[in-house]
Amino acid sequence: MSTTSETVAGASAATPADRASDVNAGRDWSRSVWNLVILAGLVAALAISWGPSEMGRWTFLFTDSANMAEYASGFLRPDFTDWRYYVDEMIVTVEIALWGTFLSLIVSIPFGILCAHNMVPWWILHPCRRLMDFFRAIHEVVWAVLFVVAVGLGPFAGVMALFVHNTGIMAKLFSEAVESIDPRPVEGIRSTGATRIQEVVFGVIPQVLPLWVSYTLYRLETNVRTATILGVIGAGGIGQVLFESVRGFYYPQSSAILIIIVVTVVLTDLLSQQLRKFVT
Amino acid sequence: MMAISVEKLSKRFGRKQALCEIDLSIAEGEMVALIGASGSGKSTLMRHIAGLERGDTGSSVKILGDVQQKDGRFGPKMRELRSQIGVIFQQFNLVARLPVITNVLTGILGRISAWRGTFGIFSKSEKADAIHALARVGIPEVAWQRASTLSGGQQQRAAIARTLMQRSKILLADEPIASLDPASARRVMDVLADINRTEGMTVLVSLHQVEYARVYCDRTIALRDGRVVYDGSSDALSDDFLTRLYGAASEELVLPQRLPVKDSRAPAPASSAPGIRQGQEELAPA
Repeated sequence: MSTTSETVAGASAATPADRASDVNAGRDWSRSVWNLVILAGLVAALAISWGPSEMGRWTFLFTDSANMAEYASGFLRPDFTDWRYYVDEMIVTVEIALWGTFLSLIVSIPFGILCAHNMVPWWILHPCRRLMDFFRAIHEVVWAVLFVVAVGLGPFAGVMALFVHNTGIMAKLFSEAVESIDPRPVEGIRSTGATRIQEVVFGVIPQVLPLWVSYTLYRLETNVRTATILGVIGAGGIGQVLFESVRGFYYPQSSAILIIIVVTVVLTDLLSQQLRKFVT
Repeated sequence: MMAISVEKLSKRFGRKQALCEIDLSIAEGEMVALIGASGSGKSTLMRHIAGLERGDTGSSVKILGDVQQKDGRFGPKMRELRSQIGVIFQQFNLVARLPVITNVLTGILGRISAWRGTFGIFSKSEKADAIHALARVGIPEVAWQRASTLSGGQQQRAAIARTLMQRSKILLADEPIASLDPASARRVMDVLADINRTEGMTVLVSLHQVEYARVYCDRTIALRDGRVVYDGSSDALSDDFLTRLYGAASEELVLPQRLPVKDSRAPAPASSAPGIRQGQEELAPA
């Protein structure tokens, strides 16, 4: 009796121990170590950035909150007397965004293909990607300043700024969609004796179209917001009006303009959401 | 003339020798089965013959007498030769979001002008041809549906319609029935056999199960570890012989039950009067 229970106890004690020794067999420890290193690097970057970012001033948010309240109170009574003028300028801003997005869409289609590693050899891929990096790395505001010098103050400089920067972003988004396609239908097309361009037209574009449309609408939304800011540096539209009225301390007018901007942005959001549902 | 002639075709992927000095030739009008266990090199061989992959130095593939590839370089007539070879794949490789008819119409890209193909301008008679090709494989009613809405068997038949549109002389079918249920599988194999018989198209079909080879093809080529281990009559491929060729791996090549299909192979060219052989009657009206 006692021997039997001993054996049973011994066996049940041995089995989990064996299992435990098996759990880590074949585990890739270098991966776990890497994860820790990356985490430590992230924490270190945040710590180093604390001082230069003057994060220590966060207490002012509470001690000097009365100043903010006073400033904000100027915006509490919006003045819509000139609303027709504001709406006209708002429409100009939307039109800038529309043309900027359209032009970059046209250029992003070929570059979206040329920046995808499963479509082109490396000696085309890398130059194209670096060019797009360059377009993307420089902010719209900087591009706008450059174009203001070239084509003068006004909406066209805004269109060009949006066009260039947005091409860099959309080509990247487009190429990522292309890189995640199913290669098999493309082979199906290739096996019929189709040309490279025909492979793209019939094999690639149909697969990425819903994503591309969705990205384009999302960028249109973003560009309406950005076009507002571009007005501030002289690229026309509602931003310019806003900047002038803020600088002149016309807070009730500025408040009315801000409300019109917010309503427009919400409307473009809703519209593009509906369109995206329709497409996919 | 030989439809396909492969000489000393070798292919190495990293450390794995996928194909090793394959020699084979297939005459025009033949229907040949290619069998082998998983990983034996069937798909790799198919992809080389289709011109989707390049072999290592020393390899040579000729299609209809023209050099398709030699020493790992494609020949100058590559695109033209690709259009002479229709390929159907295990996963059908249709473009899911396009309507079936557009998928079928892509079959003619190799033989119409490049700009017309690129902009997708197809004439009315070409569209009629596409509907006709779909009718030929038994699914004319799905022409304007998206390819993704079709069942597996229908998708494979649409893929066959695409190769019919291509009017190619050779049809490569890479495991065309491996992801289909038995009924759809038989229908697809019937269509392939019918195309071979009536259009005289050369068919090379890779199969996982040797039963289908016995029923549909006169000749079978067997691969093991990237080498041709058997090339001859399908009738000689008894279960015992397969066990000798593949050992324990032969189990995956044989269905647990016999196929409930009659022998539907084309009559040998020598036999003059059609319909004499048993099992031919039901095929004669078609």
